[in-house]
Amino acid sequence: MDPLVASASVIAASLAVGLAAIGPGIGQGNASGKAVEGIARQPEAEGKIRGTLLLTLAFMESLTIYGLVISLVLLFANPLA
Amino acid sequence: MLSLLHFDVLPLAELEVGRHFYWHLGGLQLHGQVFMTSWFVIGLLLIASVLATRNMQRVPQGLQNFMEYVFEFVRDIAKNQLGEKEYRPWLPFVGTLFLFIFVSNWSGALLPWHVIEIPEGELAAPTGDINTTVALALLTSLAYFYAGFKKRGLGYFAKYIEPTPILLPIAILEDFTKPLSLSFRLFGNILADELVVAVLVLLVPLFVPLPVMMLGLFTSAIQALVFATLAAAYIHEALEGHGDEGHEEHA
Repeated sequence: MDPLVASASVIAASLAVGLAAIGPGIGQGNASGKAVEGIARQPEAEGKIRGTLLLTLAFMESLTIYGLVISLVLLFANPLA
Repeated sequence: MLSLLHFDVLPLAELEVGRHFYWHLGGLQLHGQVFMTSWFVIGLLLIASVLATRNMQRVPQGLQNFMEYVFEFVRDIAKNQLGEKEYRPWLPFVGTLFLFIFVSNWSGALLPWHVIEIPEGELAAPTGDINTTVALALLTSLAYFYAGFKKRGLGYFAKYIEPTPILLPIAILEDFTKPLSLSFRLFGNILADELVVAVLVLLVPLFVPLPVMMLGLFTSAIQALVFATLAAAYIHEALEGHGDEGHEEHA
């Protein structure tokens, strides 16, 4: 592989997963905070809130995973190589 | 140089990405290791269901009791998304998706596949291969198109222009992003779990990777749940149309 392409791919891979982690991080923090508020206000609804929270966290997590998929493609199956 | 990553420090701590045990069938190249593990998973599920239903008791015991619990769990996934009236015909599809993905994910995390040597590549969770997840996601697409056509005929296409025709491109794009996001989510999560565990095992072989392995078990279970839930939600959307969405959910 061309060293320029290789180094650019590595930098792009790290940027892809790092930048993709920002938004979902904020979103997951917001969601978890609201969920804790909800549980504190209404402790009897904890089971339902926790189930919904886990599902939504998985959805937000998947956004980072998309960035991770891009970086994995760049590292292991680079189309430019 | 970067196209293959291959560390071989300990006999149990190999890390191979992008290597496959190819089978050649006609002009096709098949990833043999994925077939072997998914046949194992399918066999496991078949044997478990046959054993649990062979000698059924009125008061369930042992395996039958467990499988009834599993069935009720899967039924609740379908019922929560599709509603009391519609869920029954789609229960086999949603349930099979959940069980296959769940058992695949956990087999990759729990079974010591690396003990079995194959000529190239390594045995791992079948869902850690993009081909498996794309196949499952395309099946889901087919399923919700079929559901929409069967319920509403050509009127199904009305949903593309329903609130306003301006949104037509986005409505069409949605049909492509749905399987894309479904497949990438599952593939990325499972492969990421395996990579994280493999890298940690490479650094510290004992005890330290255990919490991450537990986290991996947790996320892979959640991913199976998410895949099945989303498949059911897409089918529900196709059955109901955009107009009256969300009225009889959470029944």
